[in-house]
Amino acid sequence: MRTQVQNEARRQGLRLWITSGPGLFWIVLFLLIPSAVLLGIGFFSADDYGSPILPVTLQPFQQVAGYSLLGWDDGNIIIFLRSLAQAGIATAVTALLSYPLVFFIMTRPAALRPLLLLFIVLPSWTNQVVRTYAWLELLGPNAPVSWLAHALHIVPPDLGIAPGTFAVTTGLAYNYLPYMMVPLYASAEKLDWTLVEAGRDLYASGLRLFWHTVFPQTLPGLLSGVIFVAIPAFGDYVVPQLLGGDRALMIGSLIANQFTETPDWPYGAALTIIMLVFTGAGLVAFRVLTRKLGGAGEATI
Amino acid sequence: MSDTAARGAISLSGITRIFSGMIPAVDRIDLEIRAGEFFTLLGPSGCGKTTLLRMIAGFETPDAGTILISGREMQDVPAHQRAVNTVFQSYALFPHLNVAENIGFGLRMRGVKKPERKKRVDAMMELLQIGAFAGRNAGQLSGGQRQRVALARALVNEPEVVLLDEPLSALDAKLRAELQIELLRMQKRLGMTFIFVTHDQHEALVMSDRIGVMSRGQLQQVGPVLDVYEKPRNVFVAEFLGLSNIWPMTAAGGGVGQTPIGPLQITAPMGAERQVMIRPEKIWLYNDSQAPRDRPNVFSGVVREAIYMGASTQYRVELTGGAIVLALDTNNAAAERSWRAGEAVAVELKPDNIMLIEG
Repeated sequence: MRTQVQNEARRQGLRLWITSGPGLFWIVLFLLIPSAVLLGIGFFSADDYGSPILPVTLQPFQQVAGYSLLGWDDGNIIIFLRSLAQAGIATAVTALLSYPLVFFIMTRPAALRPLLLLFIVLPSWTNQVVRTYAWLELLGPNAPVSWLAHALHIVPPDLGIAPGTFAVTTGLAYNYLPYMMVPLYASAEKLDWTLVEAGRDLYASGLRLFWHTVFPQTLPGLLSGVIFVAIPAFGDYVVPQLLGGDRALMIGSLIANQFTETPDWPYGAALTIIMLVFTGAGLVAFRVLTRKLGGAGEATI
Repeated sequence: MSDTAARGAISLSGITRIFSGMIPAVDRIDLEIRAGEFFTLLGPSGCGKTTLLRMIAGFETPDAGTILISGREMQDVPAHQRAVNTVFQSYALFPHLNVAENIGFGLRMRGVKKPERKKRVDAMMELLQIGAFAGRNAGQLSGGQRQRVALARALVNEPEVVLLDEPLSALDAKLRAELQIELLRMQKRLGMTFIFVTHDQHEALVMSDRIGVMSRGQLQQVGPVLDVYEKPRNVFVAEFLGLSNIWPMTAAGGGVGQTPIGPLQITAPMGAERQVMIRPEKIWLYNDSQAPRDRPNVFSGVVREAIYMGASTQYRVELTGGAIVLALDTNNAAAERSWRAGEAVAVELKPDNIMLIEG
């Protein structure tokens, strides 16, 4: 009897390895090992060409904090805060745009809804670089939008809205809108309209009605959307690189520069590690917050 | 008659609601509901009773007609501005608020200050015996408790009219019976107008002062419970409310009507109605040998089916001519005896108990 139980357990173990093995192998080989290598590089010194060499040092992290041969510089702190602000503003903009869009789509005939959703999602299937170049054209010096900005004295003559901070915000919000809309739509689709009626019945209307009856019901979707937008927007590379210019540099571009233009691999790796730490901490803090808000159990990734 | 401008009185005239191109859900309804009355809209599902209720609440706008609430025209006033509160079929309690917050929601939206709000919510929770759950979430309550919270949430606003959309339909029979009585007591105590929507005829009979029976968007009959049950106007009302025997009839003169079971002596004056109706409990049963043959409307037959229902027994009697008569006999001490299938019996349809109704 006992051997039979043991055989069964062994067979189950074998089956587990066979089924999960290939995926595990893939993850270890292409995700864990490269990540470990990258993280490791962060603790090396750099040679004249920016490649990692011994000895092991914490100097790259000092560089991240702003210390260099020339003394302390606030550049990195500013880039970090700018990335945070850009991600935050872009997330807020996508949320504000998503609510009316989601409710517009939801109140259309059922046959039309998938098509409308497709229109929202479709652009995200094309290349991000191409779409961002399109924005560069739209917001460039010779575009009508920039003429308007010239007329209102928001932007000096001969310059465009892009490159600039505002262009980056626009580009990020545009790029990540579908990632806010889809989870929000998913939770709004399950909306219990009787609760909205109950709210109207109990003297609520307009914004207060929305806030007390619709918003709590869509909170899980909104929180998922916030995670889907804020984290990638924080580390985005393409948008700030193309629409930002030097004075709108974000952390993604800063990291990329350490591997391309002025190579310094250990510094780039250290930046990546710090970014990962902050993203992870933000995610944990967010989870704690959503649990406190209650009823947001679906806001997980 | 009644004062249509009194607080809580409702007056509907010509109310019509048509959903995209179909037949009217509610068709030219005229109805007066008196202040402080427990009024029930009774009908099968899809008869338009819920649509009518939703128009009084303000969730639907009538395509035609006027709604007066406490004498003021309300058909174009949005729901949040009406002094009317609804108890929803699904209760519709706010899941992110606890019991006390749910009950206080309406007061909060109307800007009632917190101390006053708390006082009124506490008083209402005490009245409905739900104070112990004040801090609980709606999801942690049983069906009966939720129902009470939903009722409290409506009543605490002291509305002119309380609308109840099948609020007891999700509860089991015993709890439902308890809450029916409780709801009725609450309504009498507070003196508010209650409009109750149900498809359950028993519920309607137990609770209502007056009933409006609806079918296909129209009111078939409106009246006190007793009238509607005892004197249904047409076949639909007679069949929907309780059990009935209905036969077509042609007047033969001298208070006699020709029916499939034979000529019937009828007391009621014969008008345009072409159907006769008699309730099963108004039919007397005898052993065939002891039947009072000297009296009118006595027919012989055979019991085909006897269904024992506790307090009473329901008999299907096949008369000599082949017609079926449904009779109900109480099983009290005074009952002579009971019969079994196959036994020869006689039925007596007393002329006073035979109603003339429309087809």
